[in-house]
Amino acid sequence: MANLRLIARLDIKGPNLIKGVHLEGLRVMGDPQEFARSYYEQGADELIYMDIVASLYGRNNLTDIVRRAANDIFVPLTVGGGVRTVDDVNTLLRVGADKVAINTAAVARPGLITEVARRYGSQCMVLSVEAKRVAAERWEAYTDNGREKTGLDVIEWVRRAESLGAGEVLLTSVDQEGTRKGFDLTLVRAVTETVTIPVIASGGLGTVDHLVEVVKAGADAVAIADALHYKRLGLREVRAAAKSAGFGVRVA
Amino acid sequence: MTIVDYGIGNLFSVTRAFETCGATVRLTASHEYIEDAERLVLPGVGAFEDGMKGLRQRGQTDAVKRFIATGRPFLGICVGMQLLLDVGEEFGEHPGLGVIPGRVKAVPRTGADGRPHRIPHIGWNILVPPLNSPDWSRGLLRELTPEPAVYFVHSFAPVPDDDQYRVADCIYDGRRISAVIGSGNTYGCQFHPEKSGPAGLRIVKNFLVL
Repeated sequence: MANLRLIARLDIKGPNLIKGVHLEGLRVMGDPQEFARSYYEQGADELIYMDIVASLYGRNNLTDIVRRAANDIFVPLTVGGGVRTVDDVNTLLRVGADKVAINTAAVARPGLITEVARRYGSQCMVLSVEAKRVAAERWEAYTDNGREKTGLDVIEWVRRAESLGAGEVLLTSVDQEGTRKGFDLTLVRAVTETVTIPVIASGGLGTVDHLVEVVKAGADAVAIADALHYKRLGLREVRAAAKSAGFGVRVA
Repeated sequence: MTIVDYGIGNLFSVTRAFETCGATVRLTASHEYIEDAERLVLPGVGAFEDGMKGLRQRGQTDAVKRFIATGRPFLGICVGMQLLLDVGEEFGEHPGLGVIPGRVKAVPRTGADGRPHRIPHIGWNILVPPLNSPDWSRGLLRELTPEPAVYFVHSFAPVPDDDQYRVADCIYDGRRISAVIGSGNTYGCQFHPEKSGPAGLRIVKNFLVL
């Protein structure tokens, strides 16, 4: 595999970086640019920005935040939340995003995945999946920060999305998100065994042991949010732990 | 320096990377400005065919070729690099600019162990000297830190006909992939220097003093 990627995830509401539990119960953390700069300087391999209130407005409101980020942060930026059309994708790419993460609009109209992949390449089309456990080895895909059911089985959905042209999966466990109790490893294993495209595991990292577990379960990249925002963990420490576990990581 | 706007690619990030390294950037679609450039960058994201189509539709193909023929510094990034070769094999065979002999082929679908691996090749990988051990002490790759990691995202890669055009490789699951190609002052990177943190910015700076 390629080097393990360590990704800082920034959930945004209005002008602020926020953090919630199970994608709800939001708390304002501060100016996203300050956090993003710090993560870039600590050697984050990528950044993910999610507009978590986009569905309220029916559009993504991150263009200004992304433009500021791309101005002096030189690692890949993925942007999600409220991306509904190829035009929305174009707008975000023009202000410096490299990839877009799409959930709701892809569920509503899977053909959008193909349109984005054809126009901008599949590397740009990240399928965002919010997975909620419904049985021992079954998960349902949700939208709107884990509030709306879709009726889609996560495994079926990622398989289909890959065939439609998705280039990567951002897999968020609604059950584990913000708990710092570790990832849903069965979920990560099931998804990474289903698709050949890279999978970013998101939701639940509290300790470096969690990171080691999820990579062993098959994750190609790990998104870290509140452990970084609350400075419970630093990226250098996470990188060192990954390295000593024998994973390839960037020397930053 | 001049960046070619041919309708594809994340021009904002490329522009910002060069500006951060002290360059005054002109973003242009004009074939005259392309030909008169002091240094020329051809960025790019997406498919080979779309890239060639983008150049053709804007009447830029000959201008880019004529610029390269002057021997002034040229940098192609990702698809902008792939277009330097004779032929691209992505979605059928398509002719390229033919500046560097060779083809753009699919990244091997398996690792050296024969097992399938993730495609596209996405992520940070280390630049290593090709088997012909080119001189990194001068040119685009001078003064990089040891084991420079840069950001790749691609499913196709250049395969030059002759090893003399290989400047740097990366190793993906045991497979050697050409990461930087070059001939004189004409360079191409398969990875994205504008997304490769400090190592990428070092390469951008090096380009500005070629």
